[in-house]
Amino acid sequence: MARRTPLFAIHQAAGARIVDFGGWDMPLQYGSLIAEHHAVRRAAGVFDVSHMCVVDLEGEAVRPFLLKLYANDVSKLAAPGKALYGCLLNERGGVIDDLIVYYLDEQWFRAVVNAGTRDKDLAWMRRHAEPFGVCVRERADLAMLAVQGPEARERVAGLLSGAGAERALALGAFFGAEIDGWFISRTGYTGEDGFEIMLPAHEAEALWRALRGAGVVPCGLGARDTLRLEAGMNLYGNDMDENTNPLESGLAWTVAMGPGRAFIGREALEALRARGLERKLAGLVLEERGVLRAHQRVIAPGAGEGEITSGTFSPTLERSIALARIPASASDQVQVDVRGRLLAARVVKPPFVRHGKSLVG
Amino acid sequence: MSKVPSDLKYTRTHEWLRTLPDGTVEVGITDHAQHALGDLVFVEVPEKGRKVTPGEPFAVVESVKAASDVYAPVTGEVIEGNAALANAPEALNTDPYGGGWLARVRPEGAPGALLTAAEYEKLTAEEGN
Repeated sequence: MARRTPLFAIHQAAGARIVDFGGWDMPLQYGSLIAEHHAVRRAAGVFDVSHMCVVDLEGEAVRPFLLKLYANDVSKLAAPGKALYGCLLNERGGVIDDLIVYYLDEQWFRAVVNAGTRDKDLAWMRRHAEPFGVCVRERADLAMLAVQGPEARERVAGLLSGAGAERALALGAFFGAEIDGWFISRTGYTGEDGFEIMLPAHEAEALWRALRGAGVVPCGLGARDTLRLEAGMNLYGNDMDENTNPLESGLAWTVAMGPGRAFIGREALEALRARGLERKLAGLVLEERGVLRAHQRVIAPGAGEGEITSGTFSPTLERSIALARIPASASDQVQVDVRGRLLAARVVKPPFVRHGKSLVG
Repeated sequence: MSKVPSDLKYTRTHEWLRTLPDGTVEVGITDHAQHALGDLVFVEVPEKGRKVTPGEPFAVVESVKAASDVYAPVTGEVIEGNAALANAPEALNTDPYGGGWLARVRPEGAPGALLTAAEYEKLTAEEGN
């Protein structure tokens, strides 16, 4: 049977359409997916993301452990509460998962990993943690809500103590802090400002209801997907996996190849780079009517073929957008085989939308 | 509860048919179907003159999440696709039995096995939503 978050009964009572996602029964949408999408772009929406796995990493050698395991450089994490996005790589340079790591103190970092990769991530971390004496502790006691949108931070602040609200509103981008007994971070997966809140599972329902009372719109995984795609953010399993490397997945910016860094996967990435990267992950904007979908074939004239990794209708742009893995030498015009018809698409650099505004003309 | 007008015929694949005074039939997808698909953002209607047979995919409706085929419910010739849907696919959600019609077909011969409103209602109830 699929796993359920502490808010499952609430979603069901709200009439949400429930789908399986990474082994979890999750709300796809409560009503109109497009209305939920716009609520986040224009005001504030809340997502139950308790299916994601919070992992506390504790021990004297937790930083050296992450220097080895994480393809981004945790040396960048000097201020308590600072977050860093990056990948766990295997020895072949393939992506085991993408995650966020928070620096809490010198003996305590926190990782948030994807639901569908939880078991393999935990096994991988534990295997490598042993020589470092690092304890890998899954925080199944925590629920997690993402409150996103231009009004999200104010709505959350209104539910905190006076001092808590002040601290929450003072958080810089990609910073988190323990506030009023919750871990609140200024992070998200929508391209909008907002908070992600980790809190004891038994408090999740009260927070959900309070946010609803504050006018925050409940949003499902459907809107989460259209929002993240507009924001040009990758989805693990679609846009990258263990058989693709971060350099061909639009994630080179998360790989810190500085001198002396000896993280797992580095040698493989250097070899790949020396041979020359043949593919890249690019954004596509469909110039004709239709909808781009994952696995559709992309034809790059003179350069070869590729494949869409994520595609959707963009509610903000009112046309179809996609991420696609295409030949590195592709020009800015390609064709996509959409149900047997070849449609013209323009190659762009993601993101497509940022803070509610189109970036692709 | 989705609407099932009693004056229409239905298929097991969630199309509806309305027989017009001139003997042609208008075809669309049911309220139940549009609700299950969610917000529709793209529609491909059949071209005029196309010959269709029952069960043949003759239109495509795409929601944000997925593309779905719509099946021809009768044998015949398409006399018109609903061109207005190109710029207003949301009519399928807001007015599935009116402005959301997909095509008009001139039927040939007897129609296949169609459902009455009561039978269709029973079918959707059995499907559990």
